[in-house]
Amino acid sequence: MVKISFNSIRVRFFRSLITTLTLALAVAFVSFTWSGYELLNAFFPHADGTVQAGILAGGYELENGRFGAGAKDQWLVILSLLVCVVGIVNAQLMAVTERFREIGTFKCLGALDSFVVRIFVLESIYQGLFGGFVGGLAGVLIATGSFLFRAGWICLACWPPGSMLLTVAGTTLLAVVLSLLGAIYPALVAAKMQPAIALRNEE
Amino acid sequence: MRSETLGRDIMNPDLSHNVVRLSEVTKVFKMGNNVVEALKGVNFSIKAGEYISIMGPSGSGKSTLFNMIGALDKPSTGRVFIDEVDVAQLDAYELAWLRCRKIGYIFQTFNLIQVMTAIENVTLPMIFAGMSRDEYMEKGMVLLRLVGLAERCHHKPSELSGGQQQRVAVARALANDPAIILADEPTGNLDLSTGEEIIALLKQLSTERKVTIISATHDIKMLNVSDRVVWIRDGRIDRVEERDKLKISIGQVA
Repeated sequence: MVKISFNSIRVRFFRSLITTLTLALAVAFVSFTWSGYELLNAFFPHADGTVQAGILAGGYELENGRFGAGAKDQWLVILSLLVCVVGIVNAQLMAVTERFREIGTFKCLGALDSFVVRIFVLESIYQGLFGGFVGGLAGVLIATGSFLFRAGWICLACWPPGSMLLTVAGTTLLAVVLSLLGAIYPALVAAKMQPAIALRNEE
Repeated sequence: MRSETLGRDIMNPDLSHNVVRLSEVTKVFKMGNNVVEALKGVNFSIKAGEYISIMGPSGSGKSTLFNMIGALDKPSTGRVFIDEVDVAQLDAYELAWLRCRKIGYIFQTFNLIQVMTAIENVTLPMIFAGMSRDEYMEKGMVLLRLVGLAERCHHKPSELSGGQQQRVAVARALANDPAIILADEPTGNLDLSTGEEIIALLKQLSTERKVTIISATHDIKMLNVSDRVVWIRDGRIDRVEERDKLKISIGQVA
């Protein structure tokens, strides 16, 4: 008995970590795509000819003198957003659905529906903030690293701190909103359930 | 206002009134194309301070009946009255209030919150009831002392044995001095001697605090302490046995 319950708490710890990690990864992809274009736009005009030629040969397309505006690039951004939405919403849906029984217990002890929903809203905000920030940062770092490798030190010299910060902030916000979206729906369903039905769920 | 009058009822129970009354309660579960009638018209009343055991084979509707009495599920037809208030008439807020203060629940699977310590589990219903931190911490420790787990108050459920977890659950059920304690197979996951400990604890609460104890069980040990035993078969009350008439009369005098 002790062993089983001990395992269940360990599972919960890793579970929460996995949810946050999923969030971070999904956001990292978006952040990588966005910050890549930002960085490219910032240093491209200052780079010398061979570097410019190398980047154009690498598949990046200039559209009206800017990167990231072409049809292919737009698709890439949309695709990364889609992966982010599906990934985060799914991760939160699963994480909350697993805890129906806990919600049933809360309700037996006299918790209001709003209390149950509030707990999950708070949890998903924390996870969204943490996962989104880590993921956003990772995306920016990876984008910087990859262009450092391609174009050399020029991209560091022209590194745009303002727009990079904006990218991290934007992706963090995205993660929070999406993780809320994914958590609120099952939490609402569970809170409205009769406690007996919520308690019947396997943990 | 209302909480005060109910609070007085708990302190000084009127032994003649019905704490729980079921009238023609049925419950139908739809599972795909199958319709399962779990309860087929149950009429029963339970008086304040009684120790009731609901016995029956598995699948007899015991747990469903338990859920109806505890306002954890809605009957398909019929009415459930708790303190002569029709549960179906209550809104979500009043239901939460009822579950919080009027009824204490004990489950076969303990249902403690795994990520909280013993004291946090016990104080949770008091937080829902709006007590101050000092109040609920003090009362939480009193309750843990009552079940003999004061020194383990900062242990998580995973660090406690099954019997200890169930004792934490008993302490939690007592948090807001409920008039009714509902126990769904409280000894089902415990070994013989720990099961007996829990039964003794429940009996002690019933005699000392005049709490109404209703427990669904198929543990024969429960019979010895019950005032009345209700046998359920196929969703109906088969028979009601008054185990010990003497015990009931003593209970009423006291």
